[in-house]
Amino acid sequence: MNRRQTLLLAPFGVAVLAGAGFWTVLGRMKAGRFDPHDVPSQLIGRPIPQFTLPAQEPGQGFGSADLIALGRPVLVNFFASWCVPCVIEHPELMALARDGLPIWGIAYKDTVAAASGFIARHGNPFTRVARDAPGQVAIDWGVYGVPESYLLDAKGVVRWRMAGPLTPAVVSEQLQPMLRTLA
Amino acid sequence: MKALFLLALLWSGAAFAISDPAEMLPNPAQEARAENVGRQLRCLVCQNESIEDSNADLARDLRHIVRARIAAGDADNQAIEWVVSRYGDFVRLRPPMNASTALLWASPVLAVLGGLGFALISRRRTPAVPEPLTEAERSRLADLSPP
Repeated sequence: MNRRQTLLLAPFGVAVLAGAGFWTVLGRMKAGRFDPHDVPSQLIGRPIPQFTLPAQEPGQGFGSADLIALGRPVLVNFFASWCVPCVIEHPELMALARDGLPIWGIAYKDTVAAASGFIARHGNPFTRVARDAPGQVAIDWGVYGVPESYLLDAKGVVRWRMAGPLTPAVVSEQLQPMLRTLA
Repeated sequence: MKALFLLALLWSGAAFAISDPAEMLPNPAQEARAENVGRQLRCLVCQNESIEDSNADLARDLRHIVRARIAAGDADNQAIEWVVSRYGDFVRLRPPMNASTALLWASPVLAVLGGLGFALISRRRTPAVPEPLTEAERSRLADLSPP
């Protein structure tokens, strides 16, 4: 193959590479492993912000002091009854709760009735449930959409955050390994 | 009519998402500062709009917070830092200079350098001036070209 032929083939090579890259990205997006809109959390490695939130049926409300007093890894999940991906991730939350991980829920910008209806319909994975109707505590956490999940270590330091639904791939490839390092 | 229309176009300012005048601060100077701050902050829901332009709930909440902080006496950069400390540098529509954005800021220079390099290389590749025609070729050319 001479130089001219190589040059003629080069655009096709570039197109094939771009196509392969695009295909990989789409596959990762579909599995929930990659989110092009993802914004990294500023809380990783830092203690949770101070807050207290009122109760949301069926759980009792909680604050930062309660999360720290728990003294073991806990998943904090921001959810809402109006949020479709929250329905998608719900079976994962139920499975994690069955396996013994404490999950504390915060109903984001929701009414009491709608949020408790959501839990009644899909099952309750939460040890405690609080509500953040104005969404101000969520802003302190850096939440920019629901669902968002934060894994805290025993001292209340944020170790991991998922912005978006917890898919089986996210749980097995990210959350479970992180839980093992905290155990 | 056309002139009137053009005039109206000239007059129209930027359109902002503040749908409720009650959102605005009573003090016009503070409101102007809050709008200026808000225009520098990305709405993380729509990501290519500032919080002043976006209709998302989160953008509205952040507009409220920026206004509350400005009214409480925050300097513009303090209000911006408040939001950046929660959402990170990505929330700034104008990225800061730091290690992770160095490549981004250097990209225009790199593009120019790359172009210069390419130009230099292709220049070097241009074949040398062709050999002058031989006597035989010249006479053949004279025969072929019309007088």
